Amino acid sequence: MLRLEPRTAAPWWLGLAAPVLAVLATMLAGGLLFALMGFDPVAAIRTIFWDPLFGPAAGYSRPQLLVKAGPLVLIACGLAVGFRAGIWNIGAEGQYIVGGICGAAVALAAYPAEGAWIFPAMVLAGAAGGWAWGMIPAVLRNRFGASEILVSLMLVYVAQKLAAWAAFGPMRNPEGFGMPGSRNLQQYPPAANPELIAGTGIHWGVVAAGVAVLATWLLMSRHIRGFHIRAAGMAPRAARFAGVRPEALVAFCLGLSGALAGMAGLFEAAGPGGQITDSFGSGYGFTAIIVAFLGRLHPLGILLAGLLLALTYIGGELAQLMLSLPAATVQVFQGMLLFFLLAFDTLTRFRIRWGKAA
Amino acid sequence: MILDWTTFLLLLSAATPILLAALGETIVERAGVLNLGVEGMMITGALAGFAAAHATGSPAAGFLGGAVAGAALSLIFAALTQYLLTNQVATGLALTLFGLGLTAMFGKPYEGVKAPAMPGGPLGINWVVWLGLALVPVIWLVLNRTRAGLVLRAVGENHDAAHALGYKVRGVRVAAIAIGGALAGLGGAYVSIATVLQWTEGMTAGAGWIALAIVVFAGWSPWGVLAGAWLFGGVTVLQLRLQAAGVAVPVQLLSMAPYLATILVLVVISARQKYARSASGAAPGSLGRTFHATR
Repeated sequence: MLRLEPRTAAPWWLGLAAPVLAVLATMLAGGLLFALMGFDPVAAIRTIFWDPLFGPAAGYSRPQLLVKAGPLVLIACGLAVGFRAGIWNIGAEGQYIVGGICGAAVALAAYPAEGAWIFPAMVLAGAAGGWAWGMIPAVLRNRFGASEILVSLMLVYVAQKLAAWAAFGPMRNPEGFGMPGSRNLQQYPPAANPELIAGTGIHWGVVAAGVAVLATWLLMSRHIRGFHIRAAGMAPRAARFAGVRPEALVAFCLGLSGALAGMAGLFEAAGPGGQITDSFGSGYGFTAIIVAFLGRLHPLGILLAGLLLALTYIGGELAQLMLSLPAATVQVFQGMLLFFLLAFDTLTRFRIRWGKAA
Repeated sequence: MILDWTTFLLLLSAATPILLAALGETIVERAGVLNLGVEGMMITGALAGFAAAHATGSPAAGFLGGAVAGAALSLIFAALTQYLLTNQVATGLALTLFGLGLTAMFGKPYEGVKAPAMPGGPLGINWVVWLGLALVPVIWLVLNRTRAGLVLRAVGENHDAAHALGYKVRGVRVAAIAIGGALAGLGGAYVSIATVLQWTEGMTAGAGWIALAIVVFAGWSPWGVLAGAWLFGGVTVLQLRLQAAGVAVPVQLLSMAPYLATILVLVVISARQKYARSASGAAPGSLGRTFHATR
């Protein structure tokens, strides 16, 4: 009989092997799924994972990689900090939406003013909006002991309704012929988040994601707060004896991840998205959870995982176009990826042994 | 008249999916397992149930299909958390994301298709609502007055002690997870077959998460779940009535009501549990903890 035996220490390469194995297993299982649905599995997998980078249309899709990876990495960096401490912010999607709304509100209030202050003010407003939305579950958990998982998740639905209300109500474009949705911020230069270097897809959100990777890496490995977070996640009681205040950690982690998600929302609203619509939330907040886990909650890993999941987004769109695969293929892939990752992670924590226990 | 018979029927109907899913999750959590995949199992049940009802023309077959699909999906969670000892929070989330993706992928052909007509039942209440109501005392009895219920609660309160007594912790939990999945799938099928009468992507709209909150609100008791589900049903119906009455509040803001009410209820109950001295209504002792038998 197979049985699992806890490892006291895992070899260093196993921690890296698990995500790689999970990606390979997802490709295999995905191929099987495509075959069952009557598609050519090899062509489908190649279209999703290879063609966006090296295929005939790669010139168009390569910049998209950074456009999609930017928000994913930015959000996941914040989430990973909380996950390390055992604080589960599942509502990044809501914080992303509220950040987008708050940032866009600044731009729409300033319209048609000119000035270099507008974009920085929008970034601040986006971060503040996301922070505030993230602080709601933090305060409710600290004050009343309410589960931050459920509260942050409920707030996603509230944020979606808020975006719909804003798009149909106060933020509706007065020159939009009654169509729902705000003004397009890309057509309002002081508020726009344009491509900074032509042909790369780099916009301010991608820059911010890079900064976030570096900053959270420094935080977790060099700062006392990072030590507290890791201690609280591994041994909550011991951490308390070491002087860690759990309430402060909850507020810090939810606030940080909220602010980063809010910024991601703003960069999207002012850049690739361009406006607030009733469907402004695009699922980045949920996918970022997978990015955080796939990246092993480590900033560098998150960077790679963010690029990979961005690839599945672009590849999924390409496969939809070229092979008429269903649009939701990407979501299924992402779900499977997380399953396989969790399964292969078992190998890093346990040794598999044959036979009865000694 | 705020509460007449038709309004009450609407409330019952709105509460049923949440009631079924929350009852299932109560069983799962009393066995010490936290399955955050309720939303994923509900949406899968909603699609599978709708597809089965559409193919056979029989709502009964639809509900059966929904329950089977929910249970099947929950077994992925059971395999990962019970045999590969993965983190329950992350695995539950993965189940929800997977379920939402899977149904979006396979649901396309069913968009715009009408569901077969639901047969009525006694007092104009269909029999799935009756089933939900009947399950409340049944589950309470099984949990509190039978040997199986005692074993299940023992496993949930202290899995090491239960294991030492010779109970099959893993087996009990897998069974509980499957029952929870079947009830969540049934609840999902109720949404597509009996309330909305069609399939749309993401149609459960957070009902699974609300069910999770209601289990906490209920203090892990079936009667509490009934109260929570009715409270939720009441807020939903009230909100719809206000919309219909043309109250001067935008529809989008009114439709936040169920989610805000859930948060409010969660806060009130958590606060009471936090400051309460007694252990009644507290979470099962081993909730969410991974069990690994060393001997």
